[in-house]
Amino acid sequence: MRILAISGSLRRASNNTALLRALREEAPEGVEVELWDGLKQIPPYDGDDDVVPGPAEVEELRRLVREADGVFFATPEYNSSVPGALKNALDWASRPLATNAFRNKPVAVIGSSAGAFGAVWAAAELRKVLGTMGARVTPAELAVGHAAEKLDEHGNLADDDVRQGLRDALDALVAEIAPVEVAA
Amino acid sequence: MSTIEQQQTGIPTGTFLADTVHSSVGFEVPYAVATFSGTVTDFDATLTDGRLEGSARIESIQLKDENLQAHLLSPEFFDAERHPVLTFAGELSRDGDTATVEGEITLKGITRPVTLEGTIAGPAVDHFGKTRVGLTLETVVDRTQFDMNWNMPLPTGEPALANEVTLKADLTLVAQEA
Repeated sequence: MRILAISGSLRRASNNTALLRALREEAPEGVEVELWDGLKQIPPYDGDDDVVPGPAEVEELRRLVREADGVFFATPEYNSSVPGALKNALDWASRPLATNAFRNKPVAVIGSSAGAFGAVWAAAELRKVLGTMGARVTPAELAVGHAAEKLDEHGNLADDDVRQGLRDALDALVAEIAPVEVAA
Repeated sequence: MSTIEQQQTGIPTGTFLADTVHSSVGFEVPYAVATFSGTVTDFDATLTDGRLEGSARIESIQLKDENLQAHLLSPEFFDAERHPVLTFAGELSRDGDTATVEGEITLKGITRPVTLEGTIAGPAVDHFGKTRVGLTLETVVDRTQFDMNWNMPLPTGEPALANEVTLKADLTLVAQEA
């Protein structure tokens, strides 16, 4: 089972990217977590450029999403919402809407922020966007507030509760990918 | 003058299959200031000694926009990938032309009791010599009881889409040879 992990932050020392590195460490046997690093290369969405095929970087993202069994997002919060770069990438990925790569794709969303609330509003808006795109949005939730305090001096996650939260969120995503029973 | 003869008033006996060309199954839901409706083209219905059973394939919902259709098929609404079929089964009762079917509907993997109400005509012999029963039935369900919770606020703050959805079936059923 392959999980594509997408951080909403471009910053080299991003807390959210650190969470996804930790997620990769916590993945159980048989679950491979691949961290996507192409966000900064995605051009701004322009309907004039929205042709088939799209820009190479966009087509690569679409391919990675299609080939993944699920997608795990970790997002910061900018002005109470989803970071522009991440939203822009999803706007590209959502095209064409009726057949986009996220349709029926199981997804999980967590967030972290420097402040106390752990990007809960950005995560909620990201779930709304993904639902509109047709993704299978899992109920996984993890809001990591005061994120920098949860990392060690090397920028790695050093908080057992957050690690447990990551495992729980990943479990919820894996459960959605492999449902116990599918109706006939 | 009708071409149908031999009107009857009891519960039809024997097995009748829906003539889907001359039947329709669909839904209506208040949306903003009007009513939004859709139909399914791939369905079946069988009436056997008063027991009505039917199913409809969700992917055959007919809408005028492919993006809207994709949204309705998505996990936010019907989740057609995991729950491709709506099913119904119930018992028909009749009082003259008035029909009532007490039964259960299964949608998105969730089964709820429902009562369909409407009219019944026949059994009667049509202009080709086939015996037919006509059933016009509808019921109102709360879509949120079937895990369909999507909404969007209007500028007034009121939700754009109602929770109460009318399910409608206009069936003409043809008697099967014994």
